[in-house]
Amino acid sequence: MAQVTLTHVKKVYAGGVEAVKGVSFDIPDGGFCVLVGPSGCGKSTLLRMVAGLETISAGEVSIGERVVNAIGPADRDIAMVFQNYALYPHMSVYDNMAYGLRNRGTPKDEIDRRVKEAARILAIEGLLERRPKQLSGGQRQRVAMGRAIVRKPQVFLFDEPLSNLDAKLRVQMRVEIKKLQRALGVTAIYVTHDQVEAMTLSDKLVVMNGGQVEQIGLPADVYKKPASKFVATFIGSPPMNILPGTIDGPGIVALGDAILEARDLRQDLPAQTAVEVGLRPEDVEIASEGEAGSLPFDVEFIEELGATQLFHGQLAGLPFVMQAATDVVAAQAGRIWITIDPDRVHVFDSKTGARLGRV
Amino acid sequence: MQKNAYFSGLTVPALLLLPQLAITLVFFYWPASQAVWQSFLLQDAFGISTDFVWFENYVTLFSKPGYYKAFVNTAIFSTFVCILSLSIALLFAVMADRQLRGAEVFTTLLIWPYAVAPAIAGVLWLFMFDPSLGMLARGLQSLGIAWNPRLDGNHAMALVILAATWKQISYNFLFFLAGLQSIPKSVIEAAVIDGARPMRRFWTIVFPLLSPTTFFLLVVNIVYVFFDTFGIIDTVTGGGPSGATETLVYKVYSDGKGGSDLGGSAAQSVILLIMVIAMTAVQFKFIERKVSY
Repeated sequence: MAQVTLTHVKKVYAGGVEAVKGVSFDIPDGGFCVLVGPSGCGKSTLLRMVAGLETISAGEVSIGERVVNAIGPADRDIAMVFQNYALYPHMSVYDNMAYGLRNRGTPKDEIDRRVKEAARILAIEGLLERRPKQLSGGQRQRVAMGRAIVRKPQVFLFDEPLSNLDAKLRVQMRVEIKKLQRALGVTAIYVTHDQVEAMTLSDKLVVMNGGQVEQIGLPADVYKKPASKFVATFIGSPPMNILPGTIDGPGIVALGDAILEARDLRQDLPAQTAVEVGLRPEDVEIASEGEAGSLPFDVEFIEELGATQLFHGQLAGLPFVMQAATDVVAAQAGRIWITIDPDRVHVFDSKTGARLGRV
Repeated sequence: MQKNAYFSGLTVPALLLLPQLAITLVFFYWPASQAVWQSFLLQDAFGISTDFVWFENYVTLFSKPGYYKAFVNTAIFSTFVCILSLSIALLFAVMADRQLRGAEVFTTLLIWPYAVAPAIAGVLWLFMFDPSLGMLARGLQSLGIAWNPRLDGNHAMALVILAATWKQISYNFLFFLAGLQSIPKSVIEAAVIDGARPMRRFWTIVFPLLSPTTFFLLVVNIVYVFFDTFGIIDTVTGGGPSGATETLVYKVYSDGKGGSDLGGSAAQSVILLIMVIAMTAVQFKFIERKVSY
């Protein structure tokens, strides 16, 4: 078990493409760090650099006290779970898990003990003699996990391990991965493009975009105070509404004719500055007509989700989505009035997308 | 979609099968049955009378030491050509599979020998290793080796093995390269993380995963050395010196065409046919079981 530190890590490919543009963060011992971002954001490249499968163009990666830039993947004391599981198709489940230990010259009885222990933890004891092709997706996933845990590495690396599973199994495996990581206390780095996985698994969330880190923090903090418009729209489902607006005064933004209070807004911005206002669908509340601070919302159609419903429509002439409890009755194509907690109004710079928060 | 599609009449399926059946019939069954028939016949030296002699041709064949020698030659020749062409092709494929600069050029160039006709390939090697003209022969001679495939049977055998191997490497290379490229990269990466060094990785992961390709190539290569190397042997050594490079298939030709022993030649080709059928059957039955797909 060890802490992982990345210092100004860069990846430049032969053609001059910069996949990772200087990333620094650290993961405490036993922490669960999730790298999340859209495809091509450099998250997988970063993980592969930690694994040693990609060379590090600049900067430093250290695991524990050791800088591992020049150390091969085998000697970094890491284990990796791949997206397609990467099981050895010609070996039994037992051999798949024992392979890494055999390569390291572990005594036979020790291998046997560890493989059986891992199989017990993952509930795959009955499958040890099978070949990977005789297993279901979920079982393969467990074997891939087993292969990682028998080695007792200092760091687990997960490269989108759940994306090949169906939705139901994904939720189940997500919980199991988290439980397992807690039980073993091993530092983990997990790459995903799924923001639900990112929110639920991490105790340190790293949101990446275009080879750069957009925000690092606790998942709840990232959700509550997104550092940029990108993070705001990427984290949270359904995504945050982004509406163009202008500064109307200290802590006040205007959306067309409507006026909105934003408590976290910087006070020093001149009036009429163009900004972008972010409102989460779940932060919107129904108000009565004429209530102070209420805004008119023209509902165009309704999506029933079972637990909640989504109202799609126009807010001050701009497309807008809100989430409402199922007991709220609204006419399709009717006007309703809504309010938003001033603490939950996010304002972003219209050019850079950066959060215009209080300093 | 309908699960089982049957043709209602016989005409359409018969017509669809006809071209393939016709080709097999004309180019395989008919000549093969002719060979079997011919192998029971004995002609006099002038071709005036033909007698049906049952198995006399076969008995004569197995009483001649020359025939056993052809067996030994074939065994040596095919073992060397198969092992060499498969292992060299695998080595090249492993090299080409690495992300090296110019790998594509390398790959394309390696495929070319396959396009060369066997006779041309034979002549090429004949010239290169000609004891008085050949550049490579001179090199060998300057190393103190009395290289002369025209006189030395072992030299002649080495030369035909080289030529036949060279010709087959491209084909094997192509299949091995395709096989290597179909191994998922992440499986190799998992093995790297699992601490397998390159050689161990090759023998425990790559080689077993290539086994379907290797098995296929083994069958194809054995058929190749048994039959398709005729052109190379004919141009390079003509079976000589004194039958040192006479393989079974070459002997069929030299006894039949050169020796005018049509019955004996036919008997040999029947034996060859049975051997190849038996070997292929054995390969499929026993080796395929150990192959993991």
